[in-house]
Amino acid sequence: MSSPRILIERGRIVDPASGFDGPGAVCVADGVIVGVGACPDGFEADRRIDASGHIVCPGFIDLCARLREPGQEHKGTIASEGAAAAAGGITTLCCPPDTVPVIDTPAVVKLVTERAEQAGKVRLLPIGALTRGLNGKDLSEMHALKRAGCLALGNADRPLAHLLVLRRALEYAASFDLVVVFRPEDPWLCGQGCVHEGAVSSRLGLPGIPETAETVAVAQALPLIEQTGVRAHFGQLSSSRAVEMVAAARARGVHVSADVAVHHLHLTESSVDGFDALCHSRPPFRTTADRDALRAAVADGRISAVCSDHQPHEPDAKLDVFPETEPGLSSLQTLLPLMCALVAEGRLPLSAAIARLTAGPAAILGLASGRLAPGAPADICVFDPAAAWVPAEGGWLSAGRNTPFWERKLTGRVRATVAGGRLVYPD
Amino acid sequence: MSATAASDIQLDASGRLRHFLTVEGLSRELLVRIMDTAESFAGVTAQNVKKVPLLRGKTVVNLFFENSTRTRTTFELAAKRLSADVLNINIATSATSKGESLLDTVRNLEAMHVDMFVVRHGQSGAAHFIARHVAPHISVLNAGDGRHAHPTQAMLDVFTIRRAKGGFAGLKVAIVGDILHSRVARSEIWALNTLGVDEVRVVAPKTLLPAHVEALGVVPYHDLNEGLRDVDVVIMLRLQLERMGSAFIPSEHEYFQRFGLTEKRLEKAKPDVVVMHPGPINRGIEIDSVIADGPRSVILQQVTHGIAVRMAVMSMAMRPGPDMEAV
Repeated sequence: MSSPRILIERGRIVDPASGFDGPGAVCVADGVIVGVGACPDGFEADRRIDASGHIVCPGFIDLCARLREPGQEHKGTIASEGAAAAAGGITTLCCPPDTVPVIDTPAVVKLVTERAEQAGKVRLLPIGALTRGLNGKDLSEMHALKRAGCLALGNADRPLAHLLVLRRALEYAASFDLVVVFRPEDPWLCGQGCVHEGAVSSRLGLPGIPETAETVAVAQALPLIEQTGVRAHFGQLSSSRAVEMVAAARARGVHVSADVAVHHLHLTESSVDGFDALCHSRPPFRTTADRDALRAAVADGRISAVCSDHQPHEPDAKLDVFPETEPGLSSLQTLLPLMCALVAEGRLPLSAAIARLTAGPAAILGLASGRLAPGAPADICVFDPAAAWVPAEGGWLSAGRNTPFWERKLTGRVRATVAGGRLVYPD
Repeated sequence: MSATAASDIQLDASGRLRHFLTVEGLSRELLVRIMDTAESFAGVTAQNVKKVPLLRGKTVVNLFFENSTRTRTTFELAAKRLSADVLNINIATSATSKGESLLDTVRNLEAMHVDMFVVRHGQSGAAHFIARHVAPHISVLNAGDGRHAHPTQAMLDVFTIRRAKGGFAGLKVAIVGDILHSRVARSEIWALNTLGVDEVRVVAPKTLLPAHVEALGVVPYHDLNEGLRDVDVVIMLRLQLERMGSAFIPSEHEYFQRFGLTEKRLEKAKPDVVVMHPGPINRGIEIDSVIADGPRSVILQQVTHGIAVRMAVMSMAMRPGPDMEAV
């Protein structure tokens, strides 16, 4: 595929990695950025993008998005979700290994990355399985997965059999400098729970997932992370205390980081009231105090990445009695507007919001992208932070329409996405 | 806040009952109206000819995804005494075990031109889900969904209390037992607080109380002697023996020692205390037979009142509006 020379001009460049915030042009050639602020001498653009009134920033790096392929193509495909990602300003997607088959061999890694290349929208970085078939007992062939392109491994939301398996897995992963991704949730404390255990679950009579399901899992993992020296990442934290625990470990030098799903910065336990299955989420939306603590941690950087935790579903998955519905939100296209809403409310500066979507996740995985610098991959997002839009037929590209934000006005809209030096949105 | 979300679906634009899914969010006036209507039907059920023609030509479907004898039977009797045709469908042995979705089951019955669903389901939110998806002319009555609500049971309980005590002001009510898994308790708490009792207590070990139980508007006790002090009404809940294996209580023996209702313990309550139980009762586990069969027990009255209360709710949901006042 040809790689055009693109000039993005008259925008406001915001690059948290370098701290640059000001007007200027961004020039792209041969898949890399060749100029930021001003163009190199003699640069002739094949394509010019007028970014007047818009923000020009690195393309977003989403640490957790389920694309449903292979195995659940009735919910979404790499092509459909890749297009939705591009429309959401995302240029790199990390997908958890719980596909069918599981991403536990180089062959499956190759399959998904090639499908993403064919779809030609965004870069796909599969997270490999920590245990074979995610069975929680047998270590996957981690080195082979690394050679196939996995930078990180995890067990998705499946439990490990016991702590000795966890210790061995962390030791082995640390030997090859792989990042291990945790979705901390103790399966016993979680039980049949489907919402946050608290006042709302008690009123609705819905089985609850206590906050301790998360904090106990974090508390169990942290000493083993410290002991093994592995680089570890906690994904989609939902509680204030878990954030504090990870931040405290990080402060004493443990290699840990954390992200939060963007909707956890907005929704709370009350969102499920009336048995709204669109707000059925794992981890569950917790208290207002938890949500406010997550917002504060995103603002001050204790949480250095915000992900979409995208989980597209077919309509039937949400058409049942609440506990029987499948958890998860379709959220690639709401990632940016929900961050813009926090900026508009004055909860964090624009540059910090962008950092959590770019430089933050890039640092967690050690990626060269997530910044606007000559020589960096040409992954760029151009968006209008003030443009209002409504998720509805037409503009929504994900196969999953399962979002509580459907037909609700959002502010912050992507105008152009460049991934790997090519304009991937709009087409 | 939430009360609106829970109740807006069950009232029509003029505030009349369209579905009966939960007591949460309903006004005191509406609860009193249900009881007053039930009072008028209580006369009917005591007559020789026990039928009124209010629901003639209507079809009521008892859609039971969980086994139940008492609740289904009283709903069936209530519908028949209102002259409706009644269809009993036990899904535990029917279509969904063949893989049919809940919504498909509902759609199929809808296609048979029925008028009312009486739904019991093991999962919280089932009645809300069905109410949200049925055709506009169909009413849904919740006959128990998971741990969430059992509003007709709560209404027959408050109806029984009103008959025994004359009203609700100043009453102290203790609900004893497995509150955590009890849809009956949740609905009773809403009903009692809405009707303005002085205090609702819940008495159980912490394993059988839901998180933040105080937020439901109750005072928790872990000591039965304390919890019974000066109460006017005791509502005993069935200990769900099938949950014994899940580390909620060590043994039936220890449970009865600490939380079983005995003559001696009942002395702590007011002398004119009444004892209630939604049934089925476990004699010797949560309640002593002497009490269950004794003069302070109104357990069998509850069953009788169940028919009148269900007739009231059915007639109000099926025929909202001025005709009701004629009953």
